[in-house]
Amino acid sequence: MRIAVQAAPFDQGAELQAFSAAASGAGAVVSFSGLVRDEAGRLSALEIEYYPGMTEKALASIAQEAVSRWSLLDALVIHRHGRLLVGEAIMMVATASTHRADAFSAAEFLMDYLKSRAPFWKKELHADGADWVRAKDTDENALKRW
Amino acid sequence: MIDVLYFAWVRERIGLPRERIETSATTVSGLIDELCLREPRYAAAFADLAALRVAVDQELSAFDAPLQGVREVAFFPPMTGG
Repeated sequence: MRIAVQAAPFDQGAELQAFSAAASGAGAVVSFSGLVRDEAGRLSALEIEYYPGMTEKALASIAQEAVSRWSLLDALVIHRHGRLLVGEAIMMVATASTHRADAFSAAEFLMDYLKSRAPFWKKELHADGADWVRAKDTDENALKRW
Repeated sequence: MIDVLYFAWVRERIGLPRERIETSATTVSGLIDELCLREPRYAAAFADLAALRVAVDQELSAFDAPLQGVREVAFFPPMTGG
């Protein structure tokens, strides 16, 4: 299990390849990457704040929960902080399991929990100001299915 | 002494990311009451507790959580990761 909280960009392809290569015995690998949307051209950049210490712990505990619930062979979470431009990858998760159903479910679980339970806060920077992204009720409700 | 941390718009509204506070409060709510009495910027930040979350020693907690033995309390809006 690897958890990384970092300012630096990462290579999604290389990460996925390394993750798959290390997941011996796996029959399925699922990955998801979140990118900075341009919000119909209004967004100039995204600023992501985090809570050093708590963020890493929260991610590790969410990933650990996914590993035990779906008997994953491995899990990967990378999440960036700092200033990101449109099109850049914000984060990625990857899950490895014997069969695909577990890897898919666990990846969705990871994403749902990362949205509302991982201490990150996004601020959208526009040409004429900046706004903190508000948490959505739909994201909070998404946790109930687990 | 407790380290009190603020994130996102809470940090902006209060005007600093963290401070060390000598408090006699026994719960998070008591600490918030003390802070609100200090200056209007605290009262503004804590005006709507439904819009806030609290972590006690880096674990999400309730506002009535006790402060005995606690080293760090953090206030922030609902998280927007992913």
